[in-house]
Amino acid sequence: MLEIKDLHAGIDGNEILKGINLTVKKGEIHAIMGPNGSGKSTLAKVLAGHPAYQVTKGEILYEGKNLLAMAPDERAREGVFMAFQYPIEVPGVSNAQFLRLAYNEKRKHLGEEELDPLEFKDLLKERAKVVEMDASFMTRSVNEGFSGGEKKRNEILQMAVLEPKLAVLDETDSGLDIDALRIVAGGINQLHSPENAVILVTHYQRLLDYVVPQYVHVLANGRIAKEGGKELALELEQKGYDWLKTTATETSGATVRAS
Amino acid sequence: MSTVELLGKQEYKYGFVTDIESDVIPRGLTEDTIRLIVAKKNEPEWMLEFRLKAYRHWLTMTEPKHWPNISYPEINYQDVIYYSAPKRKATKASLDEVDPELLRTFEKLGIPLTEQKQLAGVAVDAVFDSVSVATTYKEKLKKHGVIFCSFTEAIREYPDLVRKYLGSVVPTNDNFFAALNSAVFSDGSFCFIPRGVRCPMELSTYFRINNSESGQFERTLIIAEEGAYVSYLEGCTAPKFDKNQLHAAVVELVALDDAQIKYSTVQNWYAGDEKGVGGIYNFVTKRGKCAGRNSKISWTQVETGSAITWKYPSCILQGDNSIGEFYSVALTNHAQQADTGTKMIHLGKNTRSTIISKGIAAGKSNNSYRGLVKVMPKAENSRNYTQCDSMLIGSNSGANTFPYIEVMNNTSSVEHEASTSKISEEQLFYLQQRGISQEDAVSLIINGFCKDVFLQLPMEFAVEAQRLLGMKLEGSVG
Repeated sequence: MLEIKDLHAGIDGNEILKGINLTVKKGEIHAIMGPNGSGKSTLAKVLAGHPAYQVTKGEILYEGKNLLAMAPDERAREGVFMAFQYPIEVPGVSNAQFLRLAYNEKRKHLGEEELDPLEFKDLLKERAKVVEMDASFMTRSVNEGFSGGEKKRNEILQMAVLEPKLAVLDETDSGLDIDALRIVAGGINQLHSPENAVILVTHYQRLLDYVVPQYVHVLANGRIAKEGGKELALELEQKGYDWLKTTATETSGATVRAS
Repeated sequence: MSTVELLGKQEYKYGFVTDIESDVIPRGLTEDTIRLIVAKKNEPEWMLEFRLKAYRHWLTMTEPKHWPNISYPEINYQDVIYYSAPKRKATKASLDEVDPELLRTFEKLGIPLTEQKQLAGVAVDAVFDSVSVATTYKEKLKKHGVIFCSFTEAIREYPDLVRKYLGSVVPTNDNFFAALNSAVFSDGSFCFIPRGVRCPMELSTYFRINNSESGQFERTLIIAEEGAYVSYLEGCTAPKFDKNQLHAAVVELVALDDAQIKYSTVQNWYAGDEKGVGGIYNFVTKRGKCAGRNSKISWTQVETGSAITWKYPSCILQGDNSIGEFYSVALTNHAQQADTGTKMIHLGKNTRSTIISKGIAAGKSNNSYRGLVKVMPKAENSRNYTQCDSMLIGSNSGANTFPYIEVMNNTSSVEHEASTSKISEEQLFYLQQRGISQEDAVSLIINGFCKDVFLQLPMEFAVEAQRLLGMKLEGSVG
């Protein structure tokens, strides 16, 4: 489904990703972990097509197509979804109105008929159960006045409505209390299927207690420093990231510093 | 990389010219011009006096060029044509007598006038250059006692009403452009809603400027007697010309005891091209008088066109407990300039006013809100709430707010809130990441920003206004 080859990317001329290789298949859950500044969020934003980031080298194939040649909205309609670390407020636009527009854009793209507000309301009500959101959220302006946890749940609600093939969740667990984390993780698990793939970008292991990845990739200094199964996340939890930072730098690659 | 910036490729779809033979008077303005207009329109002596008085006063006045936040080259008032009417003279006894070319023009503008195609629920007075060419549903309205006709007809048929109210809200010497209008206005709409009548349909006037050299000077007068209610809509477009055309209108509203007037405008005059060549100079005086107790006047405007907009729809809250409202969206793009806002003059006790203004500036345009809230000594326990929000698109546009507040008693309260925001790249990216195209995203953000104002518009108008804003901004970010 997704093939990232030797990806180099950065912002304002600073290279952040320095050669990422990653393959994600249908039905898989991958976790991207790493210390602050390792390039995790950059990778998520490059996948979604954030205009501030430039790809300087490498390629990304999504279902065999050149993802980098597509505009962000095209990628979204093709099934790429990113849950934002900091969801954006859109004053005066109701959640329902926004979601219906997005949903119908996708339907149009697939050559399906658009849903009218009433039909969509029913669908929304159904999907909102995934993240235990009540009807009052639908009439409120998008993310305006939402608490941190509500914003993150709203992201997963959007995922539930848009049913992406590839969901990239950028630090969706950050700022969540334990109850909200449980709800959000439960939502992700319900939405995951053999037909789609999830990339979890996270700093901490705790989300992975709820959403269990098959693969864990650890980024350091813009490269994948270590890869493994879900047990790698636990190892990181114990050891921290420092030991990886050193292994990933070219000069000190041989010495492993005790942390 | 892609900072939000102006591209601006929007085509103005109302820019066509109707090829029609017109009765045009020589350019320039003298007392003879006024006599000629009066003669052409067969007006009574008192109208001539009204006009001449205004003209003589106008000669002593100077154009208000120093205080508005707009700049434009000198207007040569002797180079303007003050009267231009389609030749085949429609007496308008029946729509069959209206030139088919005119009917086609209005149909193209989305305003079908013929019996079979008339808009349901909306009566339309269609004004083409200097004259009203047709008014629909006149007879039906008459059954309810509602008078809705062209100004020319009103002067002829209802002289007592016209004499009583004309100039009662905007005196002939009120300001430079109002004086000019009073001297030369050629037509417009007249509405009278008698005591206790709720007007059964929306009334509307559609203004079309066709002649490249003529100005349009129209007059609207709406009177709602005790307990009456009317909702009135106004729309306007003009062809694309390289030259600027002058539009100086006066609108007067009078609401007696317990009466309500709701006045909505979607202004889409030709705004000039990307470089600011051509477009309408829109200098308009609109004012309503809440003359009676418990009366209410609401102005809702969506200003998207014109090269220059100079316009302050205002309320004089004379009756005790009267209410004035002003809801405005002003959008400027390219080289457009707008200096617009309102005046709320509180005279009566317990009077209330609300001002919600949304300014959106894209391109190199300049968008200013200018508002006066004045609470006179006797207007005890009066209240005003003002909210002025500006949104900038791109980094070359400008937004300003000029509030003037004068409160002359200590039982009243005035609140003013203001904000300035920008459409951020993050906001656009967020919406795009959900599959919404960039243009739809801009439109969604703008419509959200304007929501409080759009809620005030009659349904069909709200839809039209949303569509229009989206269209006007098409290609303005990238």
